[in-house]
Amino acid sequence: MDVLISIILVIMILGAVFALNARDLLSAVISTGLVGYSLVICFLLLKAPDLAIVQIVVETITLVIMIAVVLDSSKEELREKTLINLKGVSYINFRYVLNLLMITSFGCILFYFFFESIELMAPLGEHITRMSTAYIKMAAEKTGSANLVTGILFDFRGYDTLGEATILFTAVIGVITVLRIYGRKKDKLVNQ
Amino acid sequence: MKGMTLIVKTVVRIMAGVIFIYGMYIILHGHLTPGGGFAGGAVIAGSLVLLVLAFGSDKLNLKLKEKGSAIFESLALLAFITLALIGFGIGMHVFFGNYLPKGEIGELISAGTIPLYNIAIGVEVAAALFTIFLALVIFKEEVKS
Repeated sequence: MDVLISIILVIMILGAVFALNARDLLSAVISTGLVGYSLVICFLLLKAPDLAIVQIVVETITLVIMIAVVLDSSKEELREKTLINLKGVSYINFRYVLNLLMITSFGCILFYFFFESIELMAPLGEHITRMSTAYIKMAAEKTGSANLVTGILFDFRGYDTLGEATILFTAVIGVITVLRIYGRKKDKLVNQ
Repeated sequence: MKGMTLIVKTVVRIMAGVIFIYGMYIILHGHLTPGGGFAGGAVIAGSLVLLVLAFGSDKLNLKLKEKGSAIFESLALLAFITLALIGFGIGMHVFFGNYLPKGEIGELISAGTIPLYNIAIGVEVAAALFTIFLALVIFKEEVKS
């Protein structure tokens, strides 16, 4: 299982790198979808079907909204986009060398701490359960639900679910406030 | 936004209701099978988005529909909070208390108040995603005109 998850992680990194260097916006959006759908396979391998269902549905809806609404999906607009050509700028200038030095130094520091800490951690998928053992034992008796995840989400941790619903509510308020100002101004002008 | 071709319209006319009913099934069986309010609400929002994309926004009054879905979302969140506040006054006197009788584990009508919470969260998530989609579509049409 570790080998499979490592292969999927490499595919996710490749998709994210391709999204930065794509020719047009449509292929960039589709290659970011590759990251989300391989995350679904990771969730299924780590035995979490609830998360996998939510991830696959939300990923599909966001891809449809991005392609159909944010982009104009006509091919003529995509053909008009031209690449920013970097002719006349040499690669050996001050900013390029400084960025390379910063990236390599941070990479070396992160790899050192990773190799130090990997000896102390539990193996993948076998985390140490301190509090959740009591939840797993008592959830079926106290809540009466066969699905353990919803039993915890709406009974033991109901207050957290209320916060999660409030986050969605405030997101909708923000979108309507930002995007509908133009229309209201136009309506006032037409009425006057 | 223009509508799509006749083939797409015919397929969507058959499939949209089936997708909607599948989302309701995921919400109502949230305490028995994997899934629940969040996943089922996202499926229902997907069926509504499919209808708007296939038939175009020329014959639909989108501003009216946006107002209706925003009202639905606010009412669902209010119902969620009132269900939690009833548990504060009845029974164990705990916020989010489980005050209804728990049936046998594994039946459809069991687990006390958990199915009611699932229905409220499902309606809230579906209305929220659909409202964001409608706001983006209306903004794009106003910029073009």
